[in-house]
Amino acid sequence: MTPRYQKILFTVLFLTSVLMTAVLVRLREHAHDQLLQGITEQGTTAPAVAPPEPVTFMVADDGTSTLRAESMAFPLPVEPEARARAVLNRLLAQYASPQSQHPLPTETDPVEAVYLMAESDPAPGTPSDRSASEPATQIHSSPEPASRRNQIAIVDLTQSFAATHPSGLETETLTVLSICATLHANLPRVAEVRFLVGGQQQATLNGHADLTQTYLTAASAAASGAQP
Amino acid sequence: MLCVLPVPAQARRFVVVLDAAHGGADTGAVLSAAGTAGGQSGDRQALEKQTLDKQALEKQTLDKQTLEKEMTLAMSQQLRALLVARGFTVVETRENDQLVDADARAVAANRAHADACLTLHATEAGTGVHLFVSSLGQLQPTLLMPWKTVQAGWVQSSLKLSSALHASLTATGNGSGSDVEIPVTMGRTSLPAIDSMACPAVAVEVAPWHGGAGSEVVDVTDLDYRTRVLQAVAAGLLSWRSEAGQP
Ligand SMILES: [Zn+2]
Repeated sequence: MTPRYQKILFTVLFLTSVLMTAVLVRLREHAHDQLLQGITEQGTTAPAVAPPEPVTFMVADDGTSTLRAESMAFPLPVEPEARARAVLNRLLAQYASPQSQHPLPTETDPVEAVYLMAESDPAPGTPSDRSASEPATQIHSSPEPASRRNQIAIVDLTQSFAATHPSGLETETLTVLSICATLHANLPRVAEVRFLVGGQQQATLNGHADLTQTYLTAASAAASGAQP
Repeated sequence: MLCVLPVPAQARRFVVVLDAAHGGADTGAVLSAAGTAGGQSGDRQALEKQTLDKQALEKQTLDKQTLEKEMTLAMSQQLRALLVARGFTVVETRENDQLVDADARAVAANRAHADACLTLHATEAGTGVHLFVSSLGQLQPTLLMPWKTVQAGWVQSSLKLSSALHASLTATGNGSGSDVEIPVTMGRTSLPAIDSMACPAVAVEVAPWHGGAGSEVVDVTDLDYRTRVLQAVAAGLLSWRSEAGQP
């Protein structure tokens, strides 16, 4: 005759195995549900890197020697300097289209880099005219944090873009003003723009537009010439 | 560096300084009969026309390319003849193919105590005539002004001179017998030579004209077109002289 303690042990083991079976089945179902949910979330289309954002181009017109605003939307990088570079390269790329009123040769990414710095920061190799005339004490007493101060953009163009740009007073001036005004339209804190070509300072874009001076973005649209 | 502004002379001649841009190693733009200049052309219409007209293209490639420095010198010499015939005293910043830097051009203009200074350019880009005045803001002229911004004391009169030239260039036919107007644009830009000039100063850039007979493109190398533009400039200077109270 089976002892009583063995009957109890058998019953406990039997119930435990039934319970474990139920738990295993439930865990398997849960894992299956999670897998299905994951596939649904992943989707079947490639995810967009960034949603399109509104952008304003200040487009040059050789016929009238003016700039006009054109709105469009495309994805932009988050980082401000990469953002500025992406906007300018798109602006200059559209001048290569057959419909352009300011025709420029086709050039892949003519803007090599854009550097942004707060206005009172010393620019590399090009000291600010304003800070040179201010008392030294003012450098340490600026009440505005760097995140709210106006910015200087330094636009570095490729040598091949400068060398193949049509040579002329009007065409070169309009390219420079279009870059300055477009930067200001999309990054309103950019108040001044300086230019480099291939990482170096150059006297002119291609014989005419003065690249040694600092351009004030607020004045760019006004200086672009208006029909009387 | 400071510039001592010239003291206006009494009962004097009406002096015009003609500044032929570029020269020597600075060739300026490469110009050609219809925009074949090695990728420099902004004249898409002309390029399309060439593609369609093989014979014209063959002829154009045989043509000698003209450099802007040659064209501006030719314009300066032609305009000098027109102005001397109208009683102006003319001073040129260069009379041959030599490199003249921006400071030397301004020194020549300021020594001449000029009543008008014209810097002459030619281009393949755009259309018609482009007039540019310094982008410096107007300042009250003083006896001593910083050399790089002397023009700030003259910007208002430079704008008036630019308007006088614009009115003459856009006058119907410009006295040439043609009733088709040459488009003229006006703008402001940084001009190192002009920015140091103590005179009413305008840069005149001549571009191809897209309004010739049958809407053909007339290049800046076309003598008739150039003559028409320069005659209008001379007429504009005559009205500028009249405004100044000189006959
Ligand atoms: Zn030129």
